[in-house]
Parts: sequence; structure tokens; C-alpha cells
Amino acid sequence: MAKIIYLNASGTPQTVDQDAPVTVMRAAIENGIDGIVGECGGQAMCATCHVYVDDRYLDRLVPIGDDEAEMLDCTAADRDDVRSRLGCQILVGGAGLDEIVVTLPSTQV
Amino acid sequence: MVTSTSTVADIVVIGAGHAGIQLVDSLRAEGFSGAIALFEAQLGVPYQRPPLSKEFMAADPASTENSAEHGVMLRGPGFLVDMEVDFRPGRAVSSVDRVARELVLTDESRFGYRRLVFATGATNRALTVPGADLGGVIGLKTLTDAEELRRRLRQADQVVVIGAGFIGLEFAAVARASGCAVTVIEFNDRPMKRALSATTGNYFAAAHRSRGIELLLGEAVESLVGDASVVTGVRTASGKSIPADLVVVGVGVTPADGLARAAGLEIDNGISVDEMLATSDPAIFAVGDCASYPMAATGDRVRLESVQNATEHARTLARVLCGRGSAYEAVPWFWSVQGGIRLQIAGLAAPGDVEVMLGNPDEAQFSVLLFRSDRLVAVESVNRAADHVAARRILAPDAACGRLTVAEVTGPAFNLKQFSRSVMATA
Repeated sequence: MAKIIYLNASGTPQTVDQDAPVTVMRAAIENGIDGIVGECGGQAMCATCHVYVDDRYLDRLVPIGDDEAEMLDCTAADRDDVRSRLGCQILVGGAGLDEIVVTLPSTQV
Repeated sequence: MVTSTSTVADIVVIGAGHAGIQLVDSLRAEGFSGAIALFEAQLGVPYQRPPLSKEFMAADPASTENSAEHGVMLRGPGFLVDMEVDFRPGRAVSSVDRVARELVLTDESRFGYRRLVFATGATNRALTVPGADLGGVIGLKTLTDAEELRRRLRQADQVVVIGAGFIGLEFAAVARASGCAVTVIEFNDRPMKRALSATTGNYFAAAHRSRGIELLLGEAVESLVGDASVVTGVRTASGKSIPADLVVVGVGVTPADGLARAAGLEIDNGISVDEMLATSDPAIFAVGDCASYPMAATGDRVRLESVQNATEHARTLARVLCGRGSAYEAVPWFWSVQGGIRLQIAGLAAPGDVEVMLGNPDEAQFSVLLFRSDRLVAVESVNRAADHVAARRILAPDAACGRLTVAEVTGPAFNLKQFSRSVMATA
């Protein structure tokens, strides 16, 4: 099971629940969650699926990769050194992470 | 699906690819409340193209998670309804009547527009050698193509790719990783010649060869040979005969400008638009792969085939159509992933540009900086995302890129990321 709660910039939650593992980016697109673009299709190339991860989940994520770390310098909204991640690199419903809460930035482009 | 009997809309868009979908999205985001109609010749939901030659191709089609549209939908299923777009998939346009401001559809019905946008993309260039129509010879452009190719790849042993461009090499890398014998035939003396410097192109040639791909450069295809209408091999101009049970043709695309041409619009390597993306008819616009436009930085007319170009065009045009437009000036960027190697390009290089290497190709991490008249014009980064991010900043229209000279980057201590930070700090 994968459960993803997206909080928009004003804190309103939208929840996606599904059986199969899915990335934070892909689940947002397929469920019409506003605030995620995912222009490159999930390859950490465009930095338009930027999210701020809720503190409670940070230590359960796979470590940030070199490419992701650099591409996070391309985000339209300010990067948070601790909480910023690319949604395409966070797989939910797999090993060690069955739910997550993320806050969406004010803009992706 | 919206069932609509309208026969006119304020804005009519032809083409539901990256550009067309981004345009309707951005129009609504900009507050446009008029009627929008979207015509698309293909059936089905709008999808993303970049994964088709990469992750989608590599995924096992037998898994239910990898059903046709899984992982490549461009927007959620309710998007076009939510956007109040009158979406007409499977409806091909046969002509544009600019006097009446109407589309003429293939069933001869008509649909009126106040403003019309071509987002028609590009179509694969056909191979014109004998045997090109044999079974097992496939191009890769649409989701339907990708599904068929993915299915055939699972049964193939000997794959020949004609054309060492981005799509052909991305596919070749997937085919090789899946265990096939792969031969790539390229007419030019190095891969991706139109888009890449010699250094980066030659690096990729060596990388693909080291992974076991047979790469024939400077070689033309003479014919495809078959048995009972199914391809069995490829003959080259130099006399080589290569067995094949699957042949993929990736010899480039041509802009889908036929409708615009027939309507008498100005054509110049695609539908010619100005810096506000308007065609020679002020009621008609064009975005994405089908449109050639003057680059802000150089004034050169270019036509680019990329997601970034499609979506940035669309965002700019949405503002233009809402009366808040300004000239298009985005810095182009591109990417490719081939056999795990990440290539990122910012800016546009041209033959004759001066190359400066940062990093070390032997460590599979480097960037090639390209200078014209001692001014940085493009950066190609291989597994060096930091340089790519910095390059996008440095090449941005409001950045001080003129200050970066060949002499400045040639010192051993030069670091592009640090330079971009210093540009930002003083901007």
C-alpha cells in the first residue's frame, strides 16, 4: 500500500491511496494533484516535482543522490536544505516507506 | 469526456502533445475563461514522450503495472474535463480556411476559431531504401509505436538501429541491456552529430561500443532484405550484410507543417513564428517542434525538438493570448539517458564553436563548454549535473554570461558552479 498526503502551500491536504508502489511525482500527476509538474517524466532532469518532506519521514527516505542534490538547485521555489526532495526520486509503497506527507511549493516553474 | 456540439471556440489548438496540453493548462492558470477546443489526430489520452525510448521501453510489458498508459500519462484522467477543454481525440484536421477562420475536418465538417494554435509536433522521417516497408521495421514516435516495439523487443535477438541520434541510441542501449545483439548504423562520422560537439559525440561512441553495441559510422544503408515480407537483415553501401529480426529506424523528424503550408502560412524549417510565437497570420500561432522562431540571444532562426522548448513555448504563448505576453527568450536545454550515462545540454552549439573540457572523460564525468566569439554559448554535461545547473544560470538572458571567456575557464582551478554562484551574488 502507498499513501501520500500532499499539503498545498496553505496547508490543505489531498490524499492519494493506492495498492502499487508509486513515486510522489507520478501519483500526483495520475491523480490530478495541482502543484507537481514532472516535466521530464521522472528522470531528475527538470526539477519540477519539488516537494518539502515532512520531518517525520526524512530519515526513512533513500539518501539523496548526487544528481538530485544538484538538480534541487534548479527549483523555482526556494530550496530547503533539509526537507527539499524531488518527488520523482521518492518511491512510496516499497521497502521501509508505506506513507509520506509532503508540502508542495508555491511554484514549480 | 465532455460531449460538446459546439462548432466554434475562442482558441482552437491542434495537437495534444507536450506543447498543446501545457498550453491549455497555462491558459486556464493565466485566467483565460473563453472556450478552448483541442483537436488531436491520435486516439487515447495525452502522454509523455521522453520515457517511451527509455524506462517505458525497458519495463516488462507483461506486468500489469506497465500497461500501455501507466507511467506515461501527461496529466490525470480528469484534467481536460476540469480545464473545460472541448477535447476531440481521433479527429484529424484536413485543412484550415483562414478566410472563414474555420478548420475543415476529414469528415468535411467545419469548426470555427477566433485564434488558432498549431502544436502539431513532428513526424518521423521515412527511410526510402528498398525493403523499408518490410514487417519488423519500425519507427519510434508515438505510444502505439513504443508499445509495439517493446513487445517485439522481447522476442528479438538481433536488433539493427538505423540512425545514431538520441532516440536511436536510447533504444539501442535498452535493447543491448536486454541481451540483444545490437548494431547501430549511422551515415555521419560520429553519433548525434547535429546536436553534440565532437568530443561528447565521440565519448558516446566509445561508451556504446564498450557496452557491446556494434556502431558503424560513416555507413549508409543500401537495402533491407526479408523473407516472406518480414525483415531478416540490412545491407550497407560498403557491402556489409547484418542479420536482423528487428530494425528500428531513427533517422530524424520533419516538422508537421503540412496544414500550415497548405493554408499559405510562411514556412521556414517548420511554421515560421516571431518572438511572440505568431505566424504570418496574426490570428494563428505555433509552438513546439513544429515552429521555427528567432532566438533572443542570437537572432538566429531555430526549430528545436524538445520537451523544454514545447512547454516553455506554451507558457509564453498562454501569456501572449491573455494579453500579457513578452518575447520568448528561454535558454534551451535537453537531456538524454543512454546505458545509464546522463547527458544534459544547456544552450545551442554550432559547428566551429571552440571546445573547452572540464573534468575527465576517463572518469565518465565531464562537461564540454562551447564558445563562439569568446562567449559561452552551450554546455554539454555528462554525469555532471552541477555543471548543467550552473550553465542554465549562466546562459539565462539576464545573466552576465558575456564575462565568461575561454581564458577564464582554462585555468586548472575553474569551477562552473562556483562561477555561477558568483554571477548570482553580483547580479
